[in-house]
Amino acid sequence: MNFDELFGHFGQHTVDGLSKGAIYALIALGYTLVYGVLRLINFAHSEVFVVGTFAVLGAWTAFGMQDRPGAGQAILFLLIGLIAAAVASGGTALALERIAYRPLRRRNAPPLVFLITAIGLSLVLVEILGLLLPRLVGGVFPTLFGRERQIVGMPTIIEQKPLITIGDTSITNVQAIVFFSALLMMAMLDWFINRTRYGRGVRAVAQNPETAALMGVNQDRVIMLIFVLGGVMAGAAALLWSVRFGFTQSSLGFVLGLKAFTAAVLGGIGNLRGALLGGLFLGLVEVYAATLYTSAWEDVVAFVVLIVVLMFRPTGLLGESLGRARA
Amino acid sequence: MSETTSTESREPVIPSQPGPRRLLLEIDQVVLRFGGVVALNEVSFQIHEGEILGLIGPNGAGKTTCFNVMTGVFKPTSGQVRFAGARVSGRKPPEISRMGISRTFQNIRLFPEMTALENVMVGTDSRHKTSVVGALFRLYRVRPKPEELPQVTSEAGLLRTWQQVRRSCAQIFGLSRHILEERAAEKKSLELLRFVGIQGRANEVARNLSYGDQRRLEIARALATEPKLICLDEPAAGFNPAEKEQLLKLIRQIRDRGHTVLLIEHDMRLVMGVTDRVVVLEFGTKIAEGSPDEVSRDPRVIAAYLGESVDAA
Repeated sequence: MNFDELFGHFGQHTVDGLSKGAIYALIALGYTLVYGVLRLINFAHSEVFVVGTFAVLGAWTAFGMQDRPGAGQAILFLLIGLIAAAVASGGTALALERIAYRPLRRRNAPPLVFLITAIGLSLVLVEILGLLLPRLVGGVFPTLFGRERQIVGMPTIIEQKPLITIGDTSITNVQAIVFFSALLMMAMLDWFINRTRYGRGVRAVAQNPETAALMGVNQDRVIMLIFVLGGVMAGAAALLWSVRFGFTQSSLGFVLGLKAFTAAVLGGIGNLRGALLGGLFLGLVEVYAATLYTSAWEDVVAFVVLIVVLMFRPTGLLGESLGRARA
Repeated sequence: MSETTSTESREPVIPSQPGPRRLLLEIDQVVLRFGGVVALNEVSFQIHEGEILGLIGPNGAGKTTCFNVMTGVFKPTSGQVRFAGARVSGRKPPEISRMGISRTFQNIRLFPEMTALENVMVGTDSRHKTSVVGALFRLYRVRPKPEELPQVTSEAGLLRTWQQVRRSCAQIFGLSRHILEERAAEKKSLELLRFVGIQGRANEVARNLSYGDQRRLEIARALATEPKLICLDEPAAGFNPAEKEQLLKLIRQIRDRGHTVLLIEHDMRLVMGVTDRVVVLEFGTKIAEGSPDEVSRDPRVIAAYLGESVDAA
């Protein structure tokens, strides 16, 4: 166990962990929003995120982005990437709701059916994306069976440079962008849910769906709204992922989605601020664990922490539902 | 994208005072079966605009079920509910709410983690016109009335310049309809809280309100949807005599604001004191209808209801 390294560069590891956790947190919001209103775990949400990374890759390729563009161009491409990812991810999430979940709700399907549907959708999307990826980058068409999971690199949009250095802790420009953009997106979502009329509708449906309907709240519209919101957050996460890590693959969503889901549960699923807390917490734990042992252990430690937290706080760290998410 | 809506459309619609009694709600031969159980058996009655109608009957007589059919929670097995000439049966609850029927609940059903004000504002939201997209991009502009313009309050300095810029912008480009609707909703909701007498608790989370205040809040929320007909399901349950007296006054005031009231109630004195007409249900069947005096003298009613379970309260 490498305690010297962990405590010797504690600040650096904390910065790394926070910027990693911010992406988890953004994805976790999608799980939490849908769960808060529908009590449904949308396992296909991880693929909503992957669709976002594909959209970023596609948009950057289509607009002919080169490695390391100038500052003006970089901002332009970030905007293009954000719009493409938000539209693609939000659209995918909305399509899932309209095509798969709404028909089930109409038939009053039991919760287990929703869960199986979500897992099935996730698999279907992974395979579709696997077929799509070579087309997107002009590679060979892989066979369905025994296909190697292609990893596709993206052009570097912003070169990592230390932005601020305090002692031996340095925060790179990319880390700062990722962390603060994620925080900004979450603050906007929090404001939307807690301060606007549509957020009021979302909370009303989360707290008491039947009464909300009798008071004139259109439940279907609220549900579409939360899917789109979760999708847009996943799209933003996809852009930040592309900026920070610069690659994608069709099966990217599996582990990442599981981590984001873990983050949502850690913070208290159904709670927006819990998702933020859970995501950052998980990011930190992973980086600390990878330093203490090796990076092969980070997943193990992440899930052990989840189990331990849930033993003592079964409802998660903040342990509230979306309906209760109040300042 | 500029669109000016007429100013009348933003005013709350207050129906005229009861003149000639128009038919508002018609329950026509409604039958509701749950499997073998007949919950409502060919129930028919009418509610006229501007009256207070009492719906009474012993426990399990089908009063709340009757409400549920009217508000679209249950679809009648046969028969029809017509509201202002239009069919109610088969529509979804939000649609029925927009048609002008609203209700409170026997067991209180507020949004427990929202403030009192937010609870009422959820009610007003059903009358808003701006869509999500319209609100997000502030698409619809409305020419503001002078009092709606941003005020210039600061004496001098940057703040004053900023306020002046905002005022000029509003004069030139108009204000977003969404913003004006939000402001109007808040004002109206506060007014409704004042009307039911809990304006001091506007920012309290609903679950922290006292029992009586929660009941009053439910009435305010129901009124916020601008109903033509408001259905109160045992609003006096758990009230002491003084509170019941206040409630009587409130119900009359609701009628005077132009709403028609349907009242389910156990407490006979309350029903007799406030209603214009009473319908009596027993085992899902209507057994009497008439003025409170007539009904309370009806031997069948006395046998079914008054004789057995006059409420002690």
